Amino acid sequence: MAGIRTRREVFFNRAAIAGVMVALFIMLVPIYWITSTAFKPRNLATTIPPTVLFTPEISPFVKLFTKRSQLRDPVAQEIYDAAPWWEQMVFDGGQKVVRSNKGVVRRSGYGQRFLNSLIIAITSTFLAVSMGTLTAYGFSRFKVKGEDDWMFFILSTRMLPPVVVAIPMFLMYRLVGLHDTHIGLIILYTAFNLSFSVWLMKGFIDEIPREYEEAALVDGYTRMQAFFKVVLPEAMTGIAATAVFCFITAWNEYAFALIMTNRKAQTAPPFIPSQIGSGLPDWTVIAAGTFLFLLPVAIFTFLLRNHLLRGMSFGAIRK
Amino acid sequence: MALSVIARLEPGSRAAKRGMSDLAIRNLFIIPTITFLIVFNIFPLLYSLGYSFTDFRASTNAPAKFVGLDNYKFLLNDEFIWRNFTITAKYVIISVTGQVIVGFGMAMLLNRDIPLKGLITTLLMLPMMLSMAVVGLFWKLLYDPSFGIINYGLGLGKFEWLADPDVALYAVALTDIWMWSPFVMLLSLAGLSAVPKHLYEAAEIDRAGSFYTFTRITLPLVAPILMIAIIFRTMEAFKTFDMAYILSSQPTTELIAIRLYKMAFLEWQTGQSSAFAYIVLIMVVAITNIYVKYLNKVKER
Repeated sequence: MAGIRTRREVFFNRAAIAGVMVALFIMLVPIYWITSTAFKPRNLATTIPPTVLFTPEISPFVKLFTKRSQLRDPVAQEIYDAAPWWEQMVFDGGQKVVRSNKGVVRRSGYGQRFLNSLIIAITSTFLAVSMGTLTAYGFSRFKVKGEDDWMFFILSTRMLPPVVVAIPMFLMYRLVGLHDTHIGLIILYTAFNLSFSVWLMKGFIDEIPREYEEAALVDGYTRMQAFFKVVLPEAMTGIAATAVFCFITAWNEYAFALIMTNRKAQTAPPFIPSQIGSGLPDWTVIAAGTFLFLLPVAIFTFLLRNHLLRGMSFGAIRK
Repeated sequence: MALSVIARLEPGSRAAKRGMSDLAIRNLFIIPTITFLIVFNIFPLLYSLGYSFTDFRASTNAPAKFVGLDNYKFLLNDEFIWRNFTITAKYVIISVTGQVIVGFGMAMLLNRDIPLKGLITTLLMLPMMLSMAVVGLFWKLLYDPSFGIINYGLGLGKFEWLADPDVALYAVALTDIWMWSPFVMLLSLAGLSAVPKHLYEAAEIDRAGSFYTFTRITLPLVAPILMIAIIFRTMEAFKTFDMAYILSSQPTTELIAIRLYKMAFLEWQTGQSSAFAYIVLIMVVAITNIYVKYLNKVKER
C-alpha cells in the first residue's frame, strides 16, 4: 500500500509481529524440547520444574548406539579405570554396569535401522524421481488419450491409506519372500512416491517452453537427445525439489515399515518408538534417536523452503 | 486392457524421421510407470477383493472358505466399527477445524510487513515435514502428567492428557493441529498474496470497515485455495494412523486405520479386514475425487 501509514496501521502491524512471535514460540518449543533433551544427562530429563539450562553432554548418543548389560552391583574402580572413554561415560551417567567377556558395551540396533532408512529412502527416491520425470515429460509434451483420467489414476494411488494396501501386499510379499527385505520396502516407497513425482514434475516441465526443444530438433537433435540435453538441465531445480520431497516422505514413512519389516530391513520410524518398552523409558536416549532422525529433514526443509507450497499442493499452486 | 488406450496412435504428431518416433518415446516414458502402479497398487487390491469374500486368516494354514457377503454384512452391522467411524469423524472435525483456525490466523498475521518473514515462515513449516510417528513419540514426553512441559507451562498440575479416555482424542488432535496448521498457513498465504491490492485500496476509499473488507474481499478470494487445504487435510486426517497409534492406546482414540491395522495384523482376520479395507477405500476415493476437481478448478484460474 502506498506510503501513507496511519497510526492504526502501525499499531496493527506491531500486534501482528507480536502474534507471529507467539505462534513461532509455540510451534518451536516442542522441537527445542526434544533437541535439548537429547543432550541432557538422564537425571535432568524428567525434572519438575523442567530443566532449561544445563551442561550439554553426548552420553545420550553414546547410549543410543550401544547396548549395555545391567547389574545391581556398582562398578569396581579397576574396571572403571580399564574401560575405554565411551564406557566410562556410561558409568558416569549413573549406569550400574558390569563387564562381560565381550565388554560392557555392544552395538545397539539403532545404527543398522538408520542405515536401512538411508538405503531405502535414497534408492526409492532415485527410482521414483527418474521414472516420474520421464512420465511427466510424456504427459506434458505428447497427446495422451484420456490424460486427465490417467493423471487422476496416478494421483489416486497415492491417496490410498497405507494399511489398506498393506494387507494384500503383506500376503504377496510373504508368498514371494519379500517380507522384511530392503527391496520390498523400496518397491512400496517407489510406488508411493511415483505418483507424487509425476504430478510435481509435470508442473515443472510444463513451465519449460516447448520452443527450446523445437529449436534443438531443428538443429538436428533427435527427440531423445533434446530431452536429455535441453529439457533435463532446465528441469534440474524441479528434479531436486521433487527428490527432496520424495526422500522426506520415504524417510518418515511408518505404517508400511511397521507391517512389512521386523528386524533385518526395519527402518528407524518403527524402531524408535519400540524402544520405549515397559517401565521407565530413558527419554534422553529416545530424544537422541529422534534428534538424529529429524536432523536431515530439518536441513532439507530449509533447502526446500521456496518449493514447499508447490510440493505440498502436488504442483497445482505455483509461486 | 489399460495399456492399449495409451498405445493408440496419435496421428499428425511429428513423426520422427530420425531416432525413435515421438510415439515410441511417449510410450517408453509413460507405460513403465503406469504398469508399475497397476502391478503394485491395483493388482494387490484386486487380490484382496477376492479375500474379502472369504474367512481367510493369514496366521493359519487353513484354506480360505467362501462366505459371500458375510464379511461386509458383519462389518456394516457391527456397532464397534460404527464407533470407530464416529471417533474418526470427531477427530477429523476437531483437527481440521483447529488447523484452519490456527493456520489461517497465522497467515493473516504473516501477510503484512513482518521483518525476517522468509525465515519465520520456513521455521513455522518445520513441524509438518517431520515424521508423524516420531512426532507422536515425543509429544508423549510433552504430555506426560508429572514432568511434561505442557502441564508445567499451562499450570495444569497433573492433568492426564493421554490416560483419560475422554481427553485422549483431543490430545491427539492437538498434536495434529500443531503439526499441520503450517500446511493450512502455507496455502492461505499463497491465497492471500494473490488478492489484488487495488481491491483493498478501493475498499478503503469507500470507507469499508475491516470486517466488511474481510468477509467481502479477503474470504471469497482465498476460499478456493483454503478449500483445497481443507479437503486435503480431511483426507489425511481420515487416514491417520501413525501418530494416534503411538500417542494413545485408548479405545476412545481407535481411528478407522488403527482398527483396520489391528484387525488385519494383530487379530489376523485377513478376510474380514480385506472387506473393511474396501469400505475405507471407497470413502477415500470419493474424497480424492472431490479434491482433484478442486485442484483442477484452482489450476485453471
